[in-house]
Amino acid sequence: MAKTLFEKIWDRHVVKTRKDGVTLLYIDRHLVHEVTSPQAFDGLRETGRPVRRPELTYATMDHNIPTDETRLAIQDPIAKAQVDALRNNCKEFGVKLYDLDSNQQGIVHIIGPELGLTLPGTTIVCGDSHTSTHGAFGALAFGIGTSEVEHVLATQCLPQKKAKTFKVSFDGQLKPGVSAKDMILKLIGEIGAAGGTGYVLEYCGEAIRSLSMEARMTICNMSIEAGARAGIIAPDEVTLEYITSSDRPYAPKGAALEEAKALWKTLQTDEGATFDREIHIDVSNLTPQITWGTSPGMVTDVAGNVPALDAVPGYSASDVQKSLDYMGLKPGTPMTDVTIDVVFIGSCTNARIEDLRQAAAIFRGKKVASSVTALVVPGSQQVKAQAEAEGLDSIFIEAGCQWRQSGCSMCLGMNNDQLKPQQRCASTSNRNFEGRQGKGGRTHLVSPQMAAAAAIEGKFVDITTWSEVS
Amino acid sequence: MEPFTQHTGWVATLNRANVDTDQIIPKQFMKLITRTGFGKHAFNDWRYLPNGDMDKNFELNQEHAQGASVLITRNNFGCGSSREHAVWAIKQYGFRTLVAPRVVQGDSTIPGFADIFRNNCLKNGVLTIELDTETVDKLFAAMSNQPRAEATIDLPAQTFTLHTKTPIQVAFDIDPATKDQLIQGLDEIALTLQSDTDITTFEKQHNVQWTAKT
Repeated sequence: MAKTLFEKIWDRHVVKTRKDGVTLLYIDRHLVHEVTSPQAFDGLRETGRPVRRPELTYATMDHNIPTDETRLAIQDPIAKAQVDALRNNCKEFGVKLYDLDSNQQGIVHIIGPELGLTLPGTTIVCGDSHTSTHGAFGALAFGIGTSEVEHVLATQCLPQKKAKTFKVSFDGQLKPGVSAKDMILKLIGEIGAAGGTGYVLEYCGEAIRSLSMEARMTICNMSIEAGARAGIIAPDEVTLEYITSSDRPYAPKGAALEEAKALWKTLQTDEGATFDREIHIDVSNLTPQITWGTSPGMVTDVAGNVPALDAVPGYSASDVQKSLDYMGLKPGTPMTDVTIDVVFIGSCTNARIEDLRQAAAIFRGKKVASSVTALVVPGSQQVKAQAEAEGLDSIFIEAGCQWRQSGCSMCLGMNNDQLKPQQRCASTSNRNFEGRQGKGGRTHLVSPQMAAAAAIEGKFVDITTWSEVS
Repeated sequence: MEPFTQHTGWVATLNRANVDTDQIIPKQFMKLITRTGFGKHAFNDWRYLPNGDMDKNFELNQEHAQGASVLITRNNFGCGSSREHAVWAIKQYGFRTLVAPRVVQGDSTIPGFADIFRNNCLKNGVLTIELDTETVDKLFAAMSNQPRAEATIDLPAQTFTLHTKTPIQVAFDIDPATKDQLIQGLDEIALTLQSDTDITTFEKQHNVQWTAKT
């Protein structure tokens, strides 16, 4: 029977299906970070259970850590306790840790692919909803809660019910200045912030095939913002090139690579396989997207306006009103009239080297507006080193940006990188929730190029028509 | 896990859709390394004014919502971050049951609860009940007429009863495995470890050659 890519990976990992219809799914990779794991390790200690496969478990600290000079000497005692707990837990249970002094440390979803841990056909989980990122390689990757983290540590399995399948075809080719970020924001606007709940999204079509691995990761990363725990893209030559072109310590080599390649070739949705739901989005006329509200589905063209209260599909007028009150915006306001205070370029969505190159291309030879504070936070130490080798750091610094150490930073503001109340931010991150970047802070999600241009102008601009674009 | 069979308690309403886990437990309270201490921070940014006083306008702060253990809310509750801290906060605040609508719009459906959040609830013995929009609208209307009311949830019978002057009783659907797990309060890890032989057998044939460091 013809199968979808998701079904093929699922079938390869079924340990058993219990009498109650629940499947025990085997997990190939478990990524761990400091915020959602301490209670799970405590659970193991309380029950006297070991980690079943410590060699398939990898940890780093990324969420709460400083990105400034205090990085290695964390001042916040509660954050420090959480980081220390991870160190102790990794030591006690024999888990590999990429600590703060490692040149391979970084945001967990950025270092997984860098290290060659993220591979086609694998199952990957992490106590973080943006685990969907790894689906870009044709892996089944999804976020889990802390109880499930403990479950995977103890059993290397998860009891799961099979998700439904949703085919998302991006047809046509992107115009210059329009990126993967705009594609995924457009999709979330179309299907809503819960449109993918209960589904695994498979992204396909001409526009997906033309994307680099890093851009594909941006797309899969935000699957969860449409409610889908996982998004997936079939591996191809671009995937193989990414895995084999750099030194990725965990990626297969030699005979193991040949064996892996034979499997990876089969990781395509079969002709005639059926999906529970399908959507086509033509990207040929897609323009840069920007969120105006407090849910990722509240999104419009940058050339558009803040919508009328009753003109937002999937949201009630009262929810839109609450959102606009919080955001300090009025219906009918052109998005390009909206001024900003802060720019954040970073996060597991948009802090890989290509993202930084795109932002640097906009910043080159220009200055950040005097009214704007701009942070550039590389996703990992490897991204940071690469950016510095290419001189991107100098471009950012000369433009007036702060060049930081790797971490999650202002995406969720668990460290000191936070918005102040009413500050408005152009952010390359993934969530525009109330208070996400700091209590009272106002977030607009955009691509790295759009964020950089907004930093220079002090307000949002449509980079596809911007006079300053080189 | 604490078993769930029948429960009777006061009802509170939260008339907002897409309540995300950043609202349920803001990140500044996620640095704890324990499973306790989250209840007082539930809905922190909505519950407290900048000076630390209770915001009287917030629904859960109103007098009739005090002591509530049943929450009726809107669709896509618990979206966003996978933080289980959100469920710990909700449970430690006092909620044992959450009710939200499944909204059908044309050929698409907006579920009552986000996936990861619903899973996390299950692991903590918090029951999530999804009802159709009309029923939830009716519950909101009844609560608006009589803000102080109790509800009884009978999980084995799969009924939800709102004890307003004219009581409203509705049946709800629940997946049998989920129902069983909640009623028995099973230790899920122990249950999986009963399949240890199957896991070991699987591991022998499952090719992880390229999943281990070379």
